[in-house]
Amino acid sequence: MTRTGVAPASNAFWCRALRHRSFVVGALLCLAVLGAALLSLVWTPWSAYEIDVAAKLRPPSAEHWLGTDVLGRDIVSLLLVGARATILVGIIAVGIGLTCGVCLGLVAAAQRGWTEELVMRFSDFTFAFPAVLSAIMLAAVIGPGMVTSIIAIGIFQIPVFVRVTRGSAGAIWAREFILAARAAGKGRVRITIEHVLPNILSILIVQATIQFALAILAEAALSYLGLGTQPPQPSWGRMLNDAQTLLFQSPSLAVYPGAAIALAVLGLNLLGDGLRDLLDPRLARQR
Amino acid sequence: MSAGEQPLLEVSGLGIRLNTSRGPAQAVREVSFALRRGETLGIVGESGCGKSITALALLGLLPDNAVVSGSIRLDGRELVGLPDADYCKLRGNRISMIFQEPMTALNPMHTIGHQVAEPLVRHTGCSAAEAKRQAIALLDRVGLPDPARRYDAYPHQFSGGQRQRITIAMALACKPDVLIADEPTTALDVTIQRQILDLIADLVAEQGMAMILISHDLGVIAENVQRMIVMYGGTVVESGTTDAVFSRMGHPYTQGLFRARPRLGARKGTRLSTIAGTVPELADLPAGCPFADRCALVIDACRAALPPLIEIGTGHGVRCIRTDVALTPDPAGAVA
Repeated sequence: MTRTGVAPASNAFWCRALRHRSFVVGALLCLAVLGAALLSLVWTPWSAYEIDVAAKLRPPSAEHWLGTDVLGRDIVSLLLVGARATILVGIIAVGIGLTCGVCLGLVAAAQRGWTEELVMRFSDFTFAFPAVLSAIMLAAVIGPGMVTSIIAIGIFQIPVFVRVTRGSAGAIWAREFILAARAAGKGRVRITIEHVLPNILSILIVQATIQFALAILAEAALSYLGLGTQPPQPSWGRMLNDAQTLLFQSPSLAVYPGAAIALAVLGLNLLGDGLRDLLDPRLARQR
Repeated sequence: MSAGEQPLLEVSGLGIRLNTSRGPAQAVREVSFALRRGETLGIVGESGCGKSITALALLGLLPDNAVVSGSIRLDGRELVGLPDADYCKLRGNRISMIFQEPMTALNPMHTIGHQVAEPLVRHTGCSAAEAKRQAIALLDRVGLPDPARRYDAYPHQFSGGQRQRITIAMALACKPDVLIADEPTTALDVTIQRQILDLIADLVAEQGMAMILISHDLGVIAENVQRMIVMYGGTVVESGTTDAVFSRMGHPYTQGLFRARPRLGARKGTRLSTIAGTVPELADLPAGCPFADRCALVIDACRAALPPLIEIGTGHGVRCIRTDVALTPDPAGAVA
């Protein structure tokens, strides 16, 4: 924690961070995905939208580094542009889930009683609808597309965060230092912000990275089903979808987006683990 | 209690009913005491006798399902039923508390300096720099070595004794009028216990606070407070000045508690005396004297109704209808 804002403290944080192996690897992988998405805004080797059927299913070459797909589009360009959709869906959907879920969970843990019951039953209700089902329902109303998949995945994430927050916050509320804080004259809101939230932050961060990874997978699944990003907008899930029919002719088409998804998810999980360790003052000395 | 001076804290007829899963439990009944400025009061009793919950009631920190009856007055102002927002202004400012477990009473995510300085900023409205200066002075006063350098250290970097010193600094930050110490040394080594109790006693005398010291240890109570109350089964069974109670224990429970303490130099092979039976469940307390089932002097009348507090000396009350027998010297259970 660098809440005091003292320079040596933040330096020490970065020193520890750079020595934390999984944090560094995770951060590099995430930066790579982020870099790819940003790069695609200004430069791609080929246009990701240009179809050149004559050059379809080319093997990797100097011209097309990873070859071309069934419509003759350059795989590298598709991967770069596809990273955008992945990141956008991940950040916004997890943002929706995290914000709503954590707020509701904290309120439930602080208020107890019927408020808690109401929040938890609401989250059970939401939890009963898988993301795919919500996406189908939403698609029926506002049509398929990236917004649909973002909202559907976001809603699906809320109850996960509600439960994790309420559970861990409830455990913190039972600790003696909360009683001590109340004895020092703090109200519920202050205790929630100053004592409960910092103590469950590491759990939330880890959960958020897991949910981010799940959101990427869910986006891929929704795109695969045709409910997510629509052609010609590329996304990693759609690339997998296109590759499916040609799995035996050119399996590499499925391997590239699959590997990209796997690396992004791995990077996020490592980053989450690393952050959890780094943000806990009790683990500070061990690393 | 001198009649002329209004007591700082006056508790009368306090009752606390908890709604547990096993039905309503009368955790505390008919607890009354008064505390003047600068006075020290000890509450002694076994686990589950209601002493900690009485302390929490004084701070208004009972669980939501608790029903409080009777009255708690601080400087004549009624605290029972006070809205939580008003209570927040009193807690930590006029009444504060030291907890039993120093290992868990500090938030592991905040520096100790922040935790000591924070109540100062909030209750006294002083600047952050001023709060830091005062917090360092306080930490120095409670005997934490090198407080300026360790201001930004986290709780896990301190030993149990040091942490208890930090929680004492936290509790005393705003110079409260009433300090409640709930078994402040139970979790500490015996050698540290002495130092912490001396520290608390010094600080209480220095700042002219009133203190309520809660303990299950008669020795701790005997050495540290002027007046004491003995609690059993959620009620006060004996109260008086420490000297009076120790020289003339009127309640069979107090006598039993005294005999059950371990002694150095006891003859080898001597078994520690115990009080037969166990503490009654709060959920099904008997209507009469809560100690009746374990008392050697019990008669039928004991079980009929809660005995009244009978005066056996000036300000020395005993909730027992058998004091005539209890007070006759008992050769078998020699009260040393």
